[in-house]
Amino acid sequence: MSGQQHSTQLQSDGRVPDGTLLEVTDLTTHFRTERGLVRAVDGVTFSLARGKALGVVGESGSGKTVLSRTIMGLLPSNAVNSGSVRFAGQEVLGLDAKQMRHLWGREMSMIFQNPMVSLNPLMKIGKQIQEPLHIHLGLDGRAARETAEQLLREVHIPEPTKRLDQYPHELSGGMRQRVMIAIAMACGPTLLFADEPTTALDVTVQAQILELIGEQRRERNMSVILVTHDLGVVAGHTDEIAVMYGGRLVEKAPTRELFANMKMPYTKSLMRSIPKLDDPSHTRLLTIPGRPPDLVNPPKGCRFAPRCAYARDKCLQEEPPLVTADTSPDHVYACWYPVGSPEFRERDAEIMATITTGVELGGTR
Amino acid sequence: MSLPESPATLAADSILEDQPSEAMATRRTLGVGFWIAIGWIVLIVLAAILAPYLGLKDPDENYINRDLGRPPYPPSSEFWFGTDNDAKDVFSRTIYGARVSLVVGFAAIACGMVVGGTLGLLAGYLRGWFDRVISFVFLVLLSFPALVLAILITALLDRSLRTVAGTLGFLSIAPVGRLARATTIQFSEREFVLASRTLGAKHGRIMVRELLPNVLIPMGALALLGVAVAIVAEGALAFLGLSVEQELSWGKLILFGSGSRDLQEAPWISMGPILILFLTVLALNFAGDRVREYFDVREVSL
Repeated sequence: MSGQQHSTQLQSDGRVPDGTLLEVTDLTTHFRTERGLVRAVDGVTFSLARGKALGVVGESGSGKTVLSRTIMGLLPSNAVNSGSVRFAGQEVLGLDAKQMRHLWGREMSMIFQNPMVSLNPLMKIGKQIQEPLHIHLGLDGRAARETAEQLLREVHIPEPTKRLDQYPHELSGGMRQRVMIAIAMACGPTLLFADEPTTALDVTVQAQILELIGEQRRERNMSVILVTHDLGVVAGHTDEIAVMYGGRLVEKAPTRELFANMKMPYTKSLMRSIPKLDDPSHTRLLTIPGRPPDLVNPPKGCRFAPRCAYARDKCLQEEPPLVTADTSPDHVYACWYPVGSPEFRERDAEIMATITTGVELGGTR
Repeated sequence: MSLPESPATLAADSILEDQPSEAMATRRTLGVGFWIAIGWIVLIVLAAILAPYLGLKDPDENYINRDLGRPPYPPSSEFWFGTDNDAKDVFSRTIYGARVSLVVGFAAIACGMVVGGTLGLLAGYLRGWFDRVISFVFLVLLSFPALVLAILITALLDRSLRTVAGTLGFLSIAPVGRLARATTIQFSEREFVLASRTLGAKHGRIMVRELLPNVLIPMGALALLGVAVAIVAEGALAFLGLSVEQELSWGKLILFGSGSRDLQEAPWISMGPILILFLTVLALNFAGDRVREYFDVREVSL
């Protein structure tokens, strides 16, 4: 029995129907620390349909990893949650590890940033793939080995029979990440979290891995949450993108719409910080000045304002609400002076003038 | 290529190249020295086990030889390590003495591994109050002078093989346990443990299947060193007259030959067991170090 058949079984059972798979409402995750309350995720709301891919983008410390771990229920004991996470109609926020264990691996899986450390160095590849098969499906022996081999074949690993008896150190980084994906796919999950799945990999391998995740998503009608700091990574592989900053959702739109009409200056800055292939060599990369906000004492007003080249007094005083864009009903953003507004254009002209005169782009404050 | 599709992060690290690292894995070996050391340990263990069948001289027989005059007799083709003042064969006594020394050494560390390893693994994985209690107990055990504690226990109880091995085993719980705890904590933070959790594995399964094999490697290296320490510790106890009463051990043999007159006139009485003890402890230390280094290198490449 392959994992794929298993997931369709679940579907026909009616347990995980089509339509909305995940509904996150006003989710907050705070950590009690010695320095005070760290507001890692602060009031995030979104939903994800079955079979769709959502990209969660932001810098380090924007709360994107904490968000995915909160949904999966993998938080340390000093975390405090509020809000709601409904998975297939069932509230999962606040469930303990014992209750979540039925979902882990079976309904929700996760793949990690660094395949070098996410496989047990002392266990053969085959055994590691058979773990979830044993835990959730009770598969052992020959059947488990055959399923494992089939899974390796599905993630396009050459010579799968030989690989089953190899140890992680005998495989390359890209191969190991494929193995991780095979393990995550073993029980046919309906939701896959991919936490920076390509950051530790070679550029050519990155594209292959993203392609593989996309292929598995389509074949299994699985939803994917792709967490990354790299807009380039999510662009071709997601249906929707959520941009996070300082624990908050600052812009969310269908991928095409976001790239066509981005509203948040932060999103625009992220875009500008990607090197372009057609730039002349030695072009200075545009960086976002400053550092992500301190999540113990987040700035009053817009959290990005202190680093925003377009910020005005109002941005520092009042926090902008999430509003719907005029270009698309699915496009929301939180900004007083979004890209394209008269105030934005005025400031942008000034900035472009300084760049061309060779002065480094810096924050205005 | 248009811009958004191009993955922009460059992994510059050469380890991450998409080339299997098989060449690197085969180049590392434990070395000839390691196998010589292991060979010596195996030889001594086999000799100790098979002592009665090796055609050795009786360790308690007085081989008085009128032609050689008064014992002790120096080393010769007949008495390889010479004889002691009672004309008992030192070589034979050293081999029989290995029995107690090795049993004490290995049993003590086995006890430390099982008890200390279990406690350390649990403490390192569960953390919280259990970890605090166990760590405190380890600290108390470590802060107690080991020899004084050993003297106290053997003086209060008896001086049987079991008590001596048990005492040294008790003393090895804290160092082994602390290593197990530290290694467990280090590996618990690795993503493969989290990955195992996200696949729905229970705590027991994670500890036994994911953590234990990884923790056993450094513990095994420590165990080899620990056996050496325990053998020396038994020697020290014997030297104080506090080791196993009935049977011979290396420590006791050294004690018997260490009177000032013996050392001057018949140094071979103590030199035989000293030599064997020295070589065995050296071999154990060397093997332990090599195991540790071997797996450390492997860690780096992962």
